Amino acid sequence: MDFQLTKEQEFVRKMVRKFAETEVEPIAADCDKEHRFPEETVKKMGEYGLLGVPFPKDVEGAGGDHISYAITVEELSRCCASTGVICSAHTSLCAWPIYAWGNEEQIKKYVPDLCSGRKLGAFGLTEPNAGTDAGGQQTRAEDMGDHWLLNGAKVFITNGGYADTFVVMAMTDKKKGTRGGISSFIVEKGFEGFSIGKTEDKMGICASSTTELIFQNCKVPKENILGNPGEGFKVAMSTLDGGRIGIASQALGIAQGAFDVTVEYMKSRKQFGKRLADMQALQFEMAEMKTRIDAARLLIYRAADMKDKHLKYGPASAMAKLYAAETAMYVTTKAVQFHGGYGYIKDYPVERMMRDAKITEIYEGTSEVQKMVIAADVFKK
Amino acid sequence: MAIEIIKEKCIGCKLCLKACPFEAIDMVGKLAVINEKCTACNQCIDVCKFSAIVKTEEAEGPVDLSAYKNVWVYAEQRAGKLMNVALELIGEGRRLAREISDDAKVYAVLVGNGISGLKTECFEYGADGVVMIEHPLLENFTTDGYTKVFFDAVNEYKPEIVLFGATHIGRDLAPRVAARLNTGLTADCTRLDVKVSSYVDYAKKNTTLDTSTLDPNSDDKGLKQTRPAFGGNLMATIICPRTRPQMATVRPGVMTRRERKPGAKGEVIVYNPSLGDSDIRTKIVEIVKSAKEIVSLTDADIICSGGRGLGDPSGFDLIKQFADKVGGVVGSSRAAVDAGWIDHSHQVGQTGTTVKPKIYFACGISGAIQHLAGMQTSDIIVAINKDPDAPIFEVADYGIVGDLYKVIPQIIAEWDSAEDLYEATLR
Amino acid sequence: MAFKIIVCAKQVPDTNEIKIDPIKKTLIREGVPSILNHDDANALEEALKIKDQYPDTHITVITMGPPQAKDLLIECMAMGADDGILLSDRALGGSDTWATSNAIAAAIGKLGGFDLIFAGRQAIDGDTAQVGPQIAEKLGIPQVTYVADFSIDSDMKHITVHRALEDGYEIIKIETPCMLTAIKELNTPRHMSIGGIFDAVKKDMPVWGAKDLGVDTDREVGLEASPTNVYRSFTPAPKGKGIVIEGDTDKELADRLLINLKKKHVI
Repeated sequence: MDFQLTKEQEFVRKMVRKFAETEVEPIAADCDKEHRFPEETVKKMGEYGLLGVPFPKDVEGAGGDHISYAITVEELSRCCASTGVICSAHTSLCAWPIYAWGNEEQIKKYVPDLCSGRKLGAFGLTEPNAGTDAGGQQTRAEDMGDHWLLNGAKVFITNGGYADTFVVMAMTDKKKGTRGGISSFIVEKGFEGFSIGKTEDKMGICASSTTELIFQNCKVPKENILGNPGEGFKVAMSTLDGGRIGIASQALGIAQGAFDVTVEYMKSRKQFGKRLADMQALQFEMAEMKTRIDAARLLIYRAADMKDKHLKYGPASAMAKLYAAETAMYVTTKAVQFHGGYGYIKDYPVERMMRDAKITEIYEGTSEVQKMVIAADVFKK
Repeated sequence: MAIEIIKEKCIGCKLCLKACPFEAIDMVGKLAVINEKCTACNQCIDVCKFSAIVKTEEAEGPVDLSAYKNVWVYAEQRAGKLMNVALELIGEGRRLAREISDDAKVYAVLVGNGISGLKTECFEYGADGVVMIEHPLLENFTTDGYTKVFFDAVNEYKPEIVLFGATHIGRDLAPRVAARLNTGLTADCTRLDVKVSSYVDYAKKNTTLDTSTLDPNSDDKGLKQTRPAFGGNLMATIICPRTRPQMATVRPGVMTRRERKPGAKGEVIVYNPSLGDSDIRTKIVEIVKSAKEIVSLTDADIICSGGRGLGDPSGFDLIKQFADKVGGVVGSSRAAVDAGWIDHSHQVGQTGTTVKPKIYFACGISGAIQHLAGMQTSDIIVAINKDPDAPIFEVADYGIVGDLYKVIPQIIAEWDSAEDLYEATLR
Repeated sequence: MAFKIIVCAKQVPDTNEIKIDPIKKTLIREGVPSILNHDDANALEEALKIKDQYPDTHITVITMGPPQAKDLLIECMAMGADDGILLSDRALGGSDTWATSNAIAAAIGKLGGFDLIFAGRQAIDGDTAQVGPQIAEKLGIPQVTYVADFSIDSDMKHITVHRALEDGYEIIKIETPCMLTAIKELNTPRHMSIGGIFDAVKKDMPVWGAKDLGVDTDREVGLEASPTNVYRSFTPAPKGKGIVIEGDTDKELADRLLINLKKKHVI
């Protein structure tokens, strides 16, 4: 057991922190306010390898591991949670399933473009009537002999408005139901019959693009099925196991960012003739926050390490996400409180961080779903 | 010369570890050990409560130091006009020469082409003599040309001390000359002393240095060159004990020039340089004068900021005049931006830019926490505000309680005579 | 023949993070991160820009410092430099600028030929701006300091630079081999790349000591050989509590403020 980061991981943190502080943080508040997707930052993230961290160099990845990937999302989210989730959804939910489930041609065709950031990725599972109960897919894919025909709609798709490559789930055999009836497909922007629906107006992560995907007799080439027909649910669930590491890292980054800002504020803000930092009641609260942040970090790095070692990491990543998301809410709520009135206005970033934190308890499996996963592991057999 | 730990006295308290600016002390068991990062800066000696750290003194060097006499200052001129720092150095050089001995002199070294007229100015500001080095190839400064002639002249006349202004030219020329002479050079000095007694006086008045180990009556006449390091967080006094000349570049604006004495005369040494085209390996295509570029808030040395206390948007006209006069950039508080008086790009503070200029003028700014967050690490903060209880005065180095519309025009009017005002206080 | 560039870089404490212990009056170095010196990052960036344009360019970074300075070389290679050499030896410790330039010039000599040397103008811990010119002197090559703009002809021989002055700039032509010292106006340094990090950490990094350099430890490098020594060092007098300027007229207030600013040497 080794709790020290490797040299590579330390450097990844150093690099991404500096990148985030110089390229991301200065525009974070404006992007949030204007609900503007930070295209220019995403382009730079591609150039610097931030969009392909855990993939080997032969597919133009950075040749890194999943702890490095977790650090990347964490450090981006420390400055801007929207930028963090752009990276996470792209990497965990699009590049990863194609790399893990794709055949040689598919990997060659799609993964290098994604890792290098020439293309941005997204993932379509959730539907208006299939959220936590993801098995209830109503999007259908019909085998037309030389192609697949997709009909239906997806909602709440992260990166929807700016992605080029989508991994999409659809029912191919209703009789077989969730297991065996769902298949996954690689859909490209511009495929006939595929369009982007409305862009959601959200409470937080306002700089990320969350949209509907609409399939009206959308023609998908035969070879774009990902995995075998009927394996879609397995593709989706294995993808989400990894995605949770990304979202947990996003939550961790939000918590750390709010914590760091609060420490600085407490050192300068004086009331009753002394600094907030010198008040024991507040010090104890900060100690509690710090402890939770560190606990979340250890859970996440453990899950990422297990993934690198090809161990079964589903319950571990569920615990990481559950705990990190709750920590993000806990810390950001306190951070706003400690800033007092200044915390509630947009001069300080903590109100944005508090709004951003809430989503981490909801997407890629609500906290309740994480508990289902963890409990299922507790009571198996 | 080196720092040594007396093993018998060291108790392993680690005070020296914490004091060391260079991480040059390791603990080996319960014993402090000096490692290779040591620069012999003495910080550890001062903090050790057990007298367990000592400095071993060096032996006399092989160079015949007595062959070197007098103080030279590089009288930097550009396009036939002396730089202010040249006049400051003449004044300082004269003071140092008198500290060395009654017969030591200060020479202004003029390098260029067709600049002999400048010698009068040098004399009038206190030079005992000038060394004229003129040649058509010295028309403009080139590293190669100036280094060669300066090096040759130093070898011929053997000055004991050579000073340069720490300008873009002085800092190009001096290191090159020092390397060719194989002597030491101290950069960007802000204080020079020859006599130990004058160093002690300076240190007592301006620093935290414990002067009890210094003997004011010592006959040590080496040049003590004091300069900031670590961004001004540490001051170091540097000596050059074994080689000559002792060379330093001196920060412009720090030393005081002498009062001009019209008609003063002095010795003229004409040095004929040997210089050919092939000696100069760079070619100046053009020298472009540019008005100071408009710098960003982040890079500005001086920021003049206005706040709600301006009363109305036209107040920024005055702030702009102020900034133009002092070569600064206009900043503002959030209140002024929110009132629509000035663009957000000027805003200093939590939601604006974080700045760290040499001088921050806060004019009519009360000092709300989000403003202080963006400027309180400025080197010098000057606050001008009607309200004596404004929080800005808590972080200000200089506060003026008054009407900014009356005070600022006065500052603008007097700005150029600051030097004279200051010198008047010295007399 | 590859175009060979040497970049001289230094690992420095982030002086923005350095504070004075208010009681002990000593520098607090604890937790102060070490960083690639700012001007040196500009120097490396300019070399990398040449390599972007002419891929047959080889960039070697040389640094001198304690063993931890390897991290600086990793950072430079993660930005795109080809290799890095660390000069590290107890015998090099305590070198002043003259002795440091002896060591680095010896290392450059040992590497064989080069076309161009980039260094930062100065390091933020010492602010001397002396090592670059002194290396050039020891190698006998011409220099331009304060380089704010750079271009090289496709013959990879003729270079045109802007040299910043206090009140403008000079346009200077110079030929390789030469030494150029960079200022921040020259460019905006790139970041490391994630892929670069994973390659750089694996790379071999030669560490050369005084013996490898063939320098005389009594007369050329190290504390003993350095012509300058530290006589005393101290922290500046603490910034006192602010002064409220008193005066009967506005002119008096203005004058007294200016006298104070002048006394502090800030104007």
